[in-house]
Amino acid sequence: MESRRNPRAVVDPKVRQVGFFTSDSTHHPPDPIASDSHPVPTVSPSRNSLSPVMIPPPRHNSSDAFPLRAAAAASAVSPSSFSYSTRRDFPDGSTTAASPGRVSRGSFSRSSLASSSLPGVGMDSMAAAKSSSVPASGLTTVSVVNMPHGLSEKASGVSDQKKSSKPLKEKTTKAERRALQEAQRAAKAAAKAEGGGKAPAPLVSSGSVASTSVKAAKPAKPSSQKNDVAVAATAAAGPSEKKGGTSEKDRKKDAPHPRMQYDDESRVVKAKRRAVVKQTEAKNRVELFRHLPQYEHGTQLPDLETKFFQLDPMHPAVYKVGLQYLSGDISGGNARCIAMLQAFQEVVKDYSTPPEKTLNRDMTAKISSYVSFLIECRPLSVSMGNAIRFVKNRIAKLPITLSESEAKAALQSDIERFISEKIIAADKAIVKHAVSKIRDGDVLLTYGSPAAVEMVLLQAHELRKKFRVLVVDSRPKLEGQLLLRRLIKRGINCTYTHINAVSYIMHEVTKVFLGASSVLSNGTVYSRVGTACVAMVASAFRVPVLVCCEAYKFHERVQLDSICSNELGDPNAISKVNGRGDINYLDGLTNNANLQFLNLMYDATPSDYISMIITDYGMIPPTSVPVIVREYQKEHLLV
Amino acid sequence: MWRRSASFILDKHQNNKPISLTPSIGSPPPLSASVADENLNPNHISAYYQTRAAHHEIVTSDWLEQAQAAVRRYLDQDSPVSGRPFSVIEEFDNWRQQPALAEAVAAIRALAAVIRASEANTMMELEIELKKASDTLKAWDTTSISLTAGCDLFMRYVTRTSALESEDFNSAKSRVLGRAEKFGEISNKIIATLSQDFIFDGCTILVHGFSRVVFEILKTAAQNKKLFRVLCTEGRPDKTGVLLAKELAKLDVPVKLLIDSAVAYCMDEVDMVFVGADGVVESGGVINMMGTYQIAIVAHSMNKPVYVAAESYKFARLYPLDQKDLEPALQPIDFGVSVPPKVEVERSARDYTPQFLTLLFTDLGVLTPSVVSDELIQLYL
Repeated sequence: MESRRNPRAVVDPKVRQVGFFTSDSTHHPPDPIASDSHPVPTVSPSRNSLSPVMIPPPRHNSSDAFPLRAAAAASAVSPSSFSYSTRRDFPDGSTTAASPGRVSRGSFSRSSLASSSLPGVGMDSMAAAKSSSVPASGLTTVSVVNMPHGLSEKASGVSDQKKSSKPLKEKTTKAERRALQEAQRAAKAAAKAEGGGKAPAPLVSSGSVASTSVKAAKPAKPSSQKNDVAVAATAAAGPSEKKGGTSEKDRKKDAPHPRMQYDDESRVVKAKRRAVVKQTEAKNRVELFRHLPQYEHGTQLPDLETKFFQLDPMHPAVYKVGLQYLSGDISGGNARCIAMLQAFQEVVKDYSTPPEKTLNRDMTAKISSYVSFLIECRPLSVSMGNAIRFVKNRIAKLPITLSESEAKAALQSDIERFISEKIIAADKAIVKHAVSKIRDGDVLLTYGSPAAVEMVLLQAHELRKKFRVLVVDSRPKLEGQLLLRRLIKRGINCTYTHINAVSYIMHEVTKVFLGASSVLSNGTVYSRVGTACVAMVASAFRVPVLVCCEAYKFHERVQLDSICSNELGDPNAISKVNGRGDINYLDGLTNNANLQFLNLMYDATPSDYISMIITDYGMIPPTSVPVIVREYQKEHLLV
Repeated sequence: MWRRSASFILDKHQNNKPISLTPSIGSPPPLSASVADENLNPNHISAYYQTRAAHHEIVTSDWLEQAQAAVRRYLDQDSPVSGRPFSVIEEFDNWRQQPALAEAVAAIRALAAVIRASEANTMMELEIELKKASDTLKAWDTTSISLTAGCDLFMRYVTRTSALESEDFNSAKSRVLGRAEKFGEISNKIIATLSQDFIFDGCTILVHGFSRVVFEILKTAAQNKKLFRVLCTEGRPDKTGVLLAKELAKLDVPVKLLIDSAVAYCMDEVDMVFVGADGVVESGGVINMMGTYQIAIVAHSMNKPVYVAAESYKFARLYPLDQKDLEPALQPIDFGVSVPPKVEVERSARDYTPQFLTLLFTDLGVLTPSVVSDELIQLYL
């Protein structure tokens, strides 16, 4: 294990500290070197000793950077090489997938594999995960750039692998040249920045991170170089996959990968440069979730409102939807997806092809830019991601011979069809199946405010079934109250409680109905935070758990925990309890260095706790989700 | 007392007064029985299970005569099906009497007869007729899963393939007929061949209920000169175990009969459990004769594999959440003494085994329980 760690040390400026640490701990070596309870790494360059627990400090010899990085890539290949092979298998299915989605999905699977295979318990493993995700992007560099920088056997083997898959081959040559250019440009720029002595990262977080970034200035040079290349390569790989080698300009319009790792400083910088919404990064962040974006809530709205009349690059409908996401007016997978698709319909309607451009490529670029705006407002949900993939596919499949108005009409009707078939009709089918499972005398428990479950309950009530409902709710969103109001208005017998009482009332429940933001390929249900808790308690009481989810929300990725991919909400929502001044003890403590608030939006429920999933294709066991994905999600991509 | 005669089929239909029978003891607030069921099956007594029980009796020629007479009498009355002299139910009954024929196969033969007797001129018309006949059959006995599944499967085959433009009507009709005939062709042999590898020399097999498929498996193993012994549960109230024991003894297989309660007692000397299935459901569980779930739980707790032998037409698009989520299928239970007054009797004929199954032997191959849903999706969607 020691020997494996060594080469990777070079690209380690982003070592993270998880666990107890204070801002000045980095300057002196931590006492318990070999203890596992305080696995604090050191980033001071003076320390050169290795301990079994800690990661060796980064070396600053930039000339060593490349070969070592390549070797690092090589050594990192072994743990993630099998993910590589799965990525290779993807091409058949994913060649038609959308641009950022494809390469990024591959790299995501690699990085998620790396991070999930090493559960983030100790800092050690986190850093390992962190640094192994870095060479993951490095891998992109190595294989795409194919520079003769002392590539080790494995690395070249990797690049061979990549080149052997046909669709990639052509791409590497152009991207290779471009990447070389980029690398040289970045080297020049970094040399200038180095001379200025400023850290490239704009993050002004806690002192430790600042000190990290100061020290990261030097090693950041090669890494930013590498990352620029990587970003360029990724971006280049993206559009060229669809358009077959395009101009530089399109690169700028590409949406950042929806699951971009936000602790990669230079990528964040690049993304910010392209951003429309100027968000300030939150200052006091939980280390474990550094890879997720977190912004100060409330900073963007006034800024965006002033910009309302300078909308030029942005379509007003999309702007409106983005603002609605930001403020939380629209929430819930279906609602967000429908709002976005309707905005896209408006976009298509108002679209006119600029001269010298083709409709397919220009419209795709436009959609990508709108998507990146929406991501800045609020990270995409899986339903939105699938819908965007669909739209991009339809655009790409438009025959060239169509006139502009015909193409626009076809697109609009396609989007309309998607909404009515995959969402509205799907909901009706789900209701039909779910209602057959409700018997007289049932006590049904539901959590939060899932749209599909609400429809089921209302329909069951219409059919004169005798049942009562238990609505479980939780802070800070308190979404259950909305559902409660709607059910009571229809005369359904309801009980309301908070999630801390769920084990108390579970003994009287006969069935649990839950909603989902997405269901993943291993049967894991990715849903509002708290769902996993309810499902596990229900399972302990042997109460069947039924998840209602439309099939368009299924995704072929796999997630083993709730950490590697999630969404962080507003920490102030936790610290403040509305209307209860007497217990607002935490109010105003958001910026305290000793206290970090964590407001997770989603969690992952393992498939063992789910009895069945009700989709528009019928009632299926959680193990059959990949079957549905295989049979039915390709159809609308290939048609 | 319950009469073990063929006329029970008749009596059930004549009997239009809904006899109120309390459902099983200890069930939660009474389930609302489907009203449609009342007319055809006022006692909820499952015709399926009664036929099975009848099959296991020694079929004497008198009994056969009685059966024929009963069916003929039924013919004379108004058939609720249609105004035509041909009745699909009658056909079905005819086929069903044969002990060697599975329920689903009998249903498909009946549907084949419908095709033969049909006067339709287009595939669409034929399909509509078939649909009507199939619905009638299904409604006649709602408790039989393989009947429903078999009908659905056949209808699916007809609809899927009827879109072929190139065929003219007659060739399409004969093709569908051919398929129906072939349907009954014994998949048992395939299943028996597949499962031979799992029976090793010197093993002890526990069997529950008389499944034709399981019997075929054991017969083939015996013919292949494998050395094994079989423990049969008695299988009350049908006492099917006794019949199975008799058949196996004829094949010179060492057999031991146990009462149903002795399963846990004997489980540690058992190497594997073989059961058949009345239906295989979407979750990968099986619905089988009452007692199967119990045996599966005991086997699982002692780490013994449970193998299910089922033909692929038994895969049904059901997804029960618990034992009571099925159509109630009751059977008359004979305790040997008269039941004291004010005492209820649990009369369900079948139970649902949701988990603890190791493998399913089907004509599609040896499958794990999660593959059932995969097959169903491919078949029906």
